[in-house]
Amino acid sequence: MKDAILRVRNLKTYFFTRRGIIKAVDGIDFDLLESECLCLVGESGCGKTVTALSILGLIDSPPGRIVGGEIYYHDVDLLGCPRDQLRHIRGKEIAMVFQDAQSALNPVFTIGNQIVEQVKLHLEVNDREAKGRAIGLLEEVGIPSPEKAFSYYPHQLSGGMKQRAMIAMSLSCAPQLLIADEPTTAVDVTIKAQILDIFHRLKDNRQMSILFITHEFGVVSEIGDRIAVMYAGRLAEIATTSELLNNPKHPYTTGLLKCLPDITRERDRLESIPGTVPSLIDPPGGCLFHPRCDKAVAICREEQPPPLAVGDGHTVFCHLYS
Amino acid sequence: MTDKLLEVEDLKKYYPVTGGLLSRHLGDVRAVDGVSFYIKEGETLGLVGESGCGKSTLGRAILRLEEPTEGRIIYKGTDITKLGKKELRELRKEIQIIFQDPQSSLDPRMTIGQSIGEGLLIHGIGDDRARVKRVDEILELVGLEAQHALRYPHEFSSGQRQRVGIGRALTVNPKLIIADEPVSALDVSIQAQILNLMLDLRREFGLAYLFIAHDLSVIRQISHRVAVMYLGKIVELAERGEFFQNALHPYTEALLSAILDIRQKGKTRILLPGSVPSALNPPSGCRFHTRCHRVLPICHQEEPQLKDVGSGHLVACHLYRA
Repeated sequence: MKDAILRVRNLKTYFFTRRGIIKAVDGIDFDLLESECLCLVGESGCGKTVTALSILGLIDSPPGRIVGGEIYYHDVDLLGCPRDQLRHIRGKEIAMVFQDAQSALNPVFTIGNQIVEQVKLHLEVNDREAKGRAIGLLEEVGIPSPEKAFSYYPHQLSGGMKQRAMIAMSLSCAPQLLIADEPTTAVDVTIKAQILDIFHRLKDNRQMSILFITHEFGVVSEIGDRIAVMYAGRLAEIATTSELLNNPKHPYTTGLLKCLPDITRERDRLESIPGTVPSLIDPPGGCLFHPRCDKAVAICREEQPPPLAVGDGHTVFCHLYS
Repeated sequence: MTDKLLEVEDLKKYYPVTGGLLSRHLGDVRAVDGVSFYIKEGETLGLVGESGCGKSTLGRAILRLEEPTEGRIIYKGTDITKLGKKELRELRKEIQIIFQDPQSSLDPRMTIGQSIGEGLLIHGIGDDRARVKRVDEILELVGLEAQHALRYPHEFSSGQRQRVGIGRALTVNPKLIIADEPVSALDVSIQAQILNLMLDLRREFGLAYLFIAHDLSVIRQISHRVAVMYLGKIVELAERGEFFQNALHPYTEALLSAILDIRQKGKTRILLPGSVPSALNPPSGCRFHTRCHRVLPICHQEEPQLKDVGSGHLVACHLYRA
């Protein structure tokens, strides 16, 4: 059994607004193992991004606050450690790739400049070494003529190239853990395939641990070792990729998988999940999915379902399996 | 065979680029560069392509929201590129559009009822009473409730807002709807709901759709025929069944292979190098030759024409000679 590099326990991140308390993440647990890619999947507003930002200590406060739980990176308590230590870990050992490369890159500095800045912040190297390292990284992520690209400004790169540049930047200090928030969402299909290819290589060559956030099951099936499905700030189900895709247990997971338009055949109608995601200010009692669930029974309205083991490493939060 | 409802002939839309002290004409962005196709009554033509290929410009040009630079658009036998203001208004009762982003296409200061009824008001259809009644009908038709008429867009989820967007288009009983990425911004469970709604409406009212999307699995569910655009040109067009079983153009092959589907895990991909070239200065010969995996010497020099290679399967590629 591999060791856990990241352990999240009963994490609760709330946002305190005038309209009420938004329970964006409301008690989730998971482990990210060494050199594993864990995918967090769910629809908009289910708390995937807030989970990632909580790990990195990037929740805007106010209005947001982590009100409970623990996050351990190896043996370091990320929620309790001093800011200096957190800053040292963030960027050097844990790095993040954002969805929107356009706004994550600084438009007034060259790509090379931005990578060198990060390298020198965390590592003791001189200018020449830093530059060499930056060019090597640009090459690793498949940017053609990296020496030239080093002196490009972000606006001179296409969307796919910007995304690559950002991945290169996140790799600058050889982090052990990479958090990627929808890195393939804003790019075209042909570019998406290229970006996923880079992540495959990072997994194979660098043995990195990756927390990969996405709403696309197609992407998950390509890159994920394990999948955690989130719904309305809580976990619905967690299992290995093949187990979850072939043998989904939670009615939300099965519903989502049935909704996917099928490229291999035509159907008269698509299956859909009725209704919409509940309000996180005034969520329904019991299981958060019960108002949309066609298998809901009396207990679902009353009690929040506990984690239930339904197979090897397969955990589901649903009363149907108790 | 049913009649052609809309016929587009050699449509071009260029945007001039000027610069320098005297604003000299430096060139044109050829967003749409000689596109021809037709749509029959009650038929759905799916139009796919990556960002910047000109698919949205094409959709907007058909409604003359963008004035075409050249070419003819024939709707029910009339060339609409020559219509005056008054006739154009009449035409827009017949052709309507649904936008990708229901958030920004609804006026935040108008109630849903006002937004839906606006078309009736503009076209002077019915009196106040009849209009209110029609709005109620429409709301029910798109799966909302009559009481929603008095609410504002911000009170709705994105899926509900897209229902309003569809309702707006339906009020004047159009024959043809240009749907510009209507489900791209929606979560999967909601995407399936909206696609089902569009299928139901097509069946009930015999609507024809020009369905613009970048997601081929969505296109497969709704289209009768499929067209692929690359850099302002249609490169392939075929009946749905033929298209998905026997795609010919190397670009289509690459697009199909890039689809990530949980049912086709581990299939071989064609990784296209680079990204889409600039429409200001497209490559010579075949526009796709710079990224093509089956390129021939002739592709650098001569531009392939869109030709029928049998039973209405059109392809613009030197590999296939009719």
